[in-house]
Amino acid sequence: MKIRRIAGFAASLTVGALVLTACSSTPGDTETTQGSAGGPSTGIVTANSSEPQNPLIPTNTNETGGGKILDLIFAGLVNYDAQGNPQNEVAESIESEDSQNYTITLKDGWTFTDGTDVTASSFVDAWNYGALLSNDQLSSYFFEDIEGFSWDEDSELTGLEVVDDKTFTVALKQPAADFPLRLGYSAYFPLPEVAFEDIEAFGENPIGNGPYMLDGEGAWQHNIGIDLVPNPDYQGDRTAQNGGVSLKFYETQDAAYNDLLADQLDVLDAVPDSAFGTFEDELGDRAVNQPAAIFQSFTIPMTLERFSGEEGTLRRQAISMAINRQEITDAIFQGTRTPAKDFTSPVIAGWSEDVSGSEVLAYNPDEAKRLWAEADAMAPFTGTFTIGYNTDGGHQAWVDAVTNSIKNTLGIQAEGKPYPTFQALRDDVTNRTITGAFRTGWQADYPGLYNFLGPLYGTNAGSNDGDYSNPEFDDLIKQGSAAQSIEEANTFYQQAQEVLFQDLPAIPLWYSNVTGGSATTVDNVEFGWNSVPLYYQVTKS
Amino acid sequence: MAWYVGRRLLQMVPVFLGATLLIYAMVFALPGDPIQALGGDRGLNEAVAAQLRAEYNLDKPFFVQYLLYLKGILTLDFGTTFSGREVIDVMGEVFPVTFQLSIMALTFEAVLGITVGLIAGLRKGKLFDATALLVSLVVIAVPIFVIGFVLQFVVGVKLQWLPVTVGGDVTFRTLLMPAIVLGAVSFAYVLRLTRTSVAENLTADFVRTATAKGLSRSRVVNVHVLRNSLIPVVTYLGADLGALMAGAIVTEGIFNIPGVGNTLYRAIQQGQAPTVVSLVTVLVVVYIVANLFVDMLYALLDPRIRYA
Amino acid sequence: MPDAVSTRKHQEHFFAALDDTPLAAVDTVDEEAAPASLWADAWRSLRRRPLFWISAALILLVVTVAAFPSLFTSVEPRFCELRNSLGEPSAGHPFGFDRQGCDIYARTVYGARASVAVGVLTTLAVVLIGAVVGAIAGFYGGWFDSVLSRITDIFFAIPLVLAAIVVMQMFRDNKTITTVVLVLGVFGWPQIARITRGAVMSVKNADFITAAKALGASRVMTLIRHVMPNAAAPIIVTATVSLGIFIVAEATLSFLGIGLPPQITSWGADIAKAQVSLRSQPSILFYPAGALALTVLSFIMMGDAVRDALDPKARKR
Repeated sequence: MKIRRIAGFAASLTVGALVLTACSSTPGDTETTQGSAGGPSTGIVTANSSEPQNPLIPTNTNETGGGKILDLIFAGLVNYDAQGNPQNEVAESIESEDSQNYTITLKDGWTFTDGTDVTASSFVDAWNYGALLSNDQLSSYFFEDIEGFSWDEDSELTGLEVVDDKTFTVALKQPAADFPLRLGYSAYFPLPEVAFEDIEAFGENPIGNGPYMLDGEGAWQHNIGIDLVPNPDYQGDRTAQNGGVSLKFYETQDAAYNDLLADQLDVLDAVPDSAFGTFEDELGDRAVNQPAAIFQSFTIPMTLERFSGEEGTLRRQAISMAINRQEITDAIFQGTRTPAKDFTSPVIAGWSEDVSGSEVLAYNPDEAKRLWAEADAMAPFTGTFTIGYNTDGGHQAWVDAVTNSIKNTLGIQAEGKPYPTFQALRDDVTNRTITGAFRTGWQADYPGLYNFLGPLYGTNAGSNDGDYSNPEFDDLIKQGSAAQSIEEANTFYQQAQEVLFQDLPAIPLWYSNVTGGSATTVDNVEFGWNSVPLYYQVTKS
Repeated sequence: MAWYVGRRLLQMVPVFLGATLLIYAMVFALPGDPIQALGGDRGLNEAVAAQLRAEYNLDKPFFVQYLLYLKGILTLDFGTTFSGREVIDVMGEVFPVTFQLSIMALTFEAVLGITVGLIAGLRKGKLFDATALLVSLVVIAVPIFVIGFVLQFVVGVKLQWLPVTVGGDVTFRTLLMPAIVLGAVSFAYVLRLTRTSVAENLTADFVRTATAKGLSRSRVVNVHVLRNSLIPVVTYLGADLGALMAGAIVTEGIFNIPGVGNTLYRAIQQGQAPTVVSLVTVLVVVYIVANLFVDMLYALLDPRIRYA
Repeated sequence: MPDAVSTRKHQEHFFAALDDTPLAAVDTVDEEAAPASLWADAWRSLRRRPLFWISAALILLVVTVAAFPSLFTSVEPRFCELRNSLGEPSAGHPFGFDRQGCDIYARTVYGARASVAVGVLTTLAVVLIGAVVGAIAGFYGGWFDSVLSRITDIFFAIPLVLAAIVVMQMFRDNKTITTVVLVLGVFGWPQIARITRGAVMSVKNADFITAAKALGASRVMTLIRHVMPNAAAPIIVTATVSLGIFIVAEATLSFLGIGLPPQITSWGADIAKAQVSLRSQPSILFYPAGALALTVLSFIMMGDAVRDALDPKARKR
């Protein structure tokens, strides 16, 4: 189901010096996940990343800079293949009869790189550490469904019980059919005992059980990079096919991209705006451009004047139909965004491009004008329609294009409202002092539909910034969570999306693509469901 | 002289207090809640946010926060970043890099700017002069991010003469291109200042006297004209060292240099008061020392200026 | 003297020296003349310079475009349709279209106002503050110097980005050109102050100043009438160059996402936006950057001309 666009331009041969060596090697991304035919290579793969914003503690890392490293040096109960399908890694089995009480058994033979065994306690202790309120871990909310979790005081996760060295049970507060799916997220990684002796020191030099480990003390050079070498004791399927991974931290994507062009970087996972139009020519079949699990939208608060009730619904639909998504993704993003068909992402299992009601996402200027006029007949619209955005994230171009599209179609005043920093925007959003629509984006933590819906549109949910509330939606989400299988759950989630298409608490825009590429020096570069390259299978001689 | 220097050094104390207070107040006035922003688009649970605020003293009134910061400094504790690192460690990493870059930029702009400016001033109105002015104009009128980008692409990516980015590899070779980009605008300033001063001093009485005395032209130019022309140039250069160090945000971003500019920019965006204030305070000290140095140079360049 | 150039100069100086033999006499003349005569002299000398007329014509053009943009184009600069994105030049759209599908010619014309206003107003503000602070510090020395110089140091150290974000936020709902002027002004005046201070210090011990004092001129009058005109050259040079730099700085602020709001068309913002197209469509950058360069050029040329005219020594030639 994952759409993959591999660019193959004959014209790339004219790009000059860069391509001189390109002819000799054929990128191996046609092969399947497991390694190259010629056995592991020995070269050290360099890739772009950013300075982790926090010490490398799984439960305190919520951004990609740290996440990339953790995913390489730790192995969780499950991991996801390139298509986002979960497969057991440390877990032997994860079983439940009611989607609420789970029994998890571990495989034998797993050790941390300090030699200690990975046991049931490694997980239970790590999760308890992450959940404890006074440890103020940024990802503690991942444990809130587990029995015993509290936002008000320090409390033990009573729902976790160690049965024996290799078995533990989890009791949830309510059923969650996709709980096993979540377990590949870094917050659920195990920790060795030594971590709890001095967690700060551990965060500098973490010890894991993953395919890689830090290249000795001080492998993490702050603001510069981190060197990882293969872990010889790794037991899973993600065996390193190279001599190590060296992540270089970049402040701007342009710098990283230029390094890639000059063969000073092997793998890049973010092409800068300035190269959207040219990178597929410049990199040829070494370019990657495919949808990712990132959903972009703008939210119109339910309480916004002229946008609530029946009148509001009409206006929301009119605005949605007034946006020419295809034209904007082509002209502004040069095809590095995919127009949205729903509220989730095409890389997620269960995604569908024809959820009932998704017609409102098609550009339809006549219908948009008609609906808007109908709403105006109830009460006339005056003033300006604004979309708030932060200027430190490269959003201005598309906000300008979207507001121009609305302005030119509906004949109303529409413009972007810039905020100097991300936090300035979030401040107005969280305090509900924002006086218009605002941009919202969502990157999935784990490949499940629920992750795009429950936290964003459930009544009083944590990230329900528009204060949307519809009992029908809440009920469908709840039924989905109580389902016996993920497939069954997904049918409820799709019905919940139909409700969203009627109410349009947020206007879906497009899915971000993962854009990247590799230099001629490496082979077998494939990107995972979460837009991060599968570094372990890259080969470099 | 010694007393003068001592007095100037003593003045650092009120400057230090004033600067830290002002900068702290500005960071305090930054919009948004830095803690909530740690949660990204998702935001942070209020219980966790409240604890983190307490940990970084962000729940206290402004003056209490400021005094706590000052108290820390007395024991050389410059606070911690949100990522839990000691600010003093961060400073120890970034300042040497940026200092090296700034010194290289300063050398570039001083040597080239004064040389070209001198020749242009001596040949005012001639072809060389016109060309030099045109070059300086282009450098001024084209934004630095365009200059940097184009130079990086042509010299680094296409010709591969110099490394494209710096990263952890901080050497003369990697810093050369960034230093030229960083010093480009100041080069234009220095060129124009030197040219104007030289052209003006050529007509001054003392030059006429010197020429009339029968001194060789090179001696007149080197000793009399140049020395007297350097005062505004040296003033500019002295002040520029600090400006280069603080102003490298764009350049450090383009060339991926782990220096003060990048760190400061990120800290400002994230509202990290201890990091911002500490970095800027060091910059203030650099200004003061550089300016003191310049004032000393005045006396050297112009015997009429004396300090008591 | 083998060098032809120096021989000629030598002769010139010889004649010039004949003009004003005794130093004291020069000062006496200045003492009697009204300040107007300085400017009248300058004007007389300016009139004879082609550089002055060329730059004046260019500035007039730019200012006219800034004041009455609608005289130069009938196209609305903020009407943008994506279907025109990156369109080639066509009839009525001589420069083509940018990425958003806006008419580049119209945007270049309408962008003049904001950019010229930012450049001129900021320079005025900066020169006013900087020259006063620098002159007082340099001329009076002592305590004045210490206090003012240290304040200058502090302001010098404020990072532009920090100042910009704070000021922009204070005026978050009505960001205008004034906001940007304020930001750049706070950031820019210390430099002029330092330059002025240095220039004043180098002039204040000159013989003719001592003479003026000896002849009984008050300190303030000496500063205004004798010291400042002689210290004006570096200030004017710095100021005219700064004018260009401020216009460009507005672009840098936009590049960092803290410049003028998108409702105000400006060259700076357009240059910053064009940066994204640098790899694929560098021509989008060319027009706003070219207009900016021409404007900066004309102001710098004007500055050079005025400086030469104001400088009593240079004027003699």
